[in-house]
Amino acid sequence: MSIITTKDLNKIYDEETIPVHAVNNVSLEFKEGEFTAIIGPSGCGKTTLLNLLGGLDAPTSGEVIINGTNITNLNSKEIIDFRLRNIGFVFQAYNLVPVLTAKENVEFIMQLQGTPKVEREERVLQLFEQIGLKDRMNNRPGKLSGGQQQRVAVARALASKPKFILADEPTANLDSKSTNNLLDIMEKLNKVENTTFIFSTHDSRVIQRARRLITLEDGEVQEDERIK
Amino acid sequence: MLIKMAWRNIWRNQKRTALTMLSIIIAIFLSLFTRSMQQGTFGSMITNAVKLSTGYIQIHKDGYWENKSINETFLSSNKISEIVEGNKNIKLNIPRLESFALVSSGKLTKGAMVIGTIPEIEDKLNDYSNKIVRGSFLNTDDRSILVGDELAKYLKVDVGDSLVLLGQGYHGVTAAGQYEIKGILHLPIPQLNKQLVLMPLNECQYLYASENRLTSISIMLENPELLDETTSEIKESLSKEYEVMTWEELNKELVQFVDTKVVGGMIMMSILYIVIGFGVFGTVMMMTMERRKEFAIMVSIGMRKIKLLAVVFWETIFIGFVGVAIGIIITFPVLLYLSKNPIKLAGEFAKSMESVGAEPLMPFVINTGMFLNQTISIILIAFVAVIYPLIFIIKFNVLKAMRN
Repeated sequence: MSIITTKDLNKIYDEETIPVHAVNNVSLEFKEGEFTAIIGPSGCGKTTLLNLLGGLDAPTSGEVIINGTNITNLNSKEIIDFRLRNIGFVFQAYNLVPVLTAKENVEFIMQLQGTPKVEREERVLQLFEQIGLKDRMNNRPGKLSGGQQQRVAVARALASKPKFILADEPTANLDSKSTNNLLDIMEKLNKVENTTFIFSTHDSRVIQRARRLITLEDGEVQEDERIK
Repeated sequence: MLIKMAWRNIWRNQKRTALTMLSIIIAIFLSLFTRSMQQGTFGSMITNAVKLSTGYIQIHKDGYWENKSINETFLSSNKISEIVEGNKNIKLNIPRLESFALVSSGKLTKGAMVIGTIPEIEDKLNDYSNKIVRGSFLNTDDRSILVGDELAKYLKVDVGDSLVLLGQGYHGVTAAGQYEIKGILHLPIPQLNKQLVLMPLNECQYLYASENRLTSISIMLENPELLDETTSEIKESLSKEYEVMTWEELNKELVQFVDTKVVGGMIMMSILYIVIGFGVFGTVMMMTMERRKEFAIMVSIGMRKIKLLAVVFWETIFIGFVGVAIGIIITFPVLLYLSKNPIKLAGEFAKSMESVGAEPLMPFVINTGMFLNQTISIILIAFVAVIYPLIFIIKFNVLKAMRN
């Protein structure tokens, strides 16, 4: 079943001066349970495409339909609420809230959703077990390694039970051990819980594990390959 | 969670937050100290003026206030007594006959203010019996006087000595009499110590040939806040032969002096608060600008901007409120001590206080209102300081902030 559909998606920067086609006529479909990597050289439009899929940026033209909702028609308040309930984000620089503990970072998003305390506690414990950081959940981000912080960021993204997770270069700041560890967790979540992951990356370790590779060049889809 | 986050956020840069709070603490201390001192001093000046002289309300013959002459007295009547005693807000009424006389002892002579009063009532009001430094207090039937200590010193007299009083009585009659000094008074107002001769009302009326006549009836109130209502009630009950004036009308110079000082104090305080306001604003603005990316991340994961605004709002309130709380905790015991142990002034400062009829003391008062006002002022400053961050959050672009 298709959870994301993009139709003739375009994003042009500096339209009136020197137009730059960051995303050029991209029409794609993402199905539930996919483990997709969007790859390509720097500046090819990976992050822009991810931002458009996540509703962080508005397209110049075209549509992004998530579970039947055309998110390009939502206003700023609606799109924030939509992201809260449907999309999980993992950023390159982890971006956890530094004044909250790992546990509070994960719990925070569920609080925003209005999840009852008991349910939050259960979900937090379950997630920290899955990412293998149960013993560090009361530490603040500053007391965790980069790899551990990124695992917490994954847990935070999953906490709201999103339809899919967008991960922008999630392994760019990690060493190989942490990268493998993180990818193991993501793969496991993908296989066991059928969580959909869409990465932008040029990390070969991520590319090796992806089951679908979308190659972008100058904002256009050059190749869309499914790997068995 | 938002409040917890705001509290932790303010301590991310401990030095900066501590410095901002310190500036608030200093402002609170200075403004409370100044306000307490001002209110104490002015309160003392007003109380002295009201108790020793005018009362909260004064009844006298129409025209007496313009021409303070013994000829402008009025006959004490049952009607006035009934009106005054029938008003529930009147605590005390003190009939007085006041005039001037030359007081002499041997070759020494000095001008004095002679007050004839009912000793028991006057004592209730001014606690004169406890201000006797030598001798004893008057009785209604005494044919003796009390004298201010400075006047006694000038005339080189003491308890048991006699003074001759010479003045002008009612309708040009010569007022002359010799009186034994029963006691020496030391009053809080130095000017009175140099001038006051206090005697029983009957004897004073006899001296000035003004039998049953009064210059004024001074009225003390149960609730001074009902001054205007009570004044109107008395005015309505009395004929136009009498004039009813409030202490503010009777002490215009004092009121003007207090008003000028209060306005001056408020201007100084406003300047202080503007400086503090900029400090708080600078801190809040820096806290906002350096977290642009963090704000962007929060919005991107689904936090509504209104909740971000709430966090920043709470941070500002916390900085202001903690500063106020510590400021009050530090200031309160200092003011409490000073309210019980006023600072005694000396030298030029003392003289300048005496020149406006105040005791050479720096009394302090504590009341809830002044603490409340400072708290409200700081909280208002916090509200103003938070406006810029709020506008920034409403307008900021998530993607741009993330790239930063």
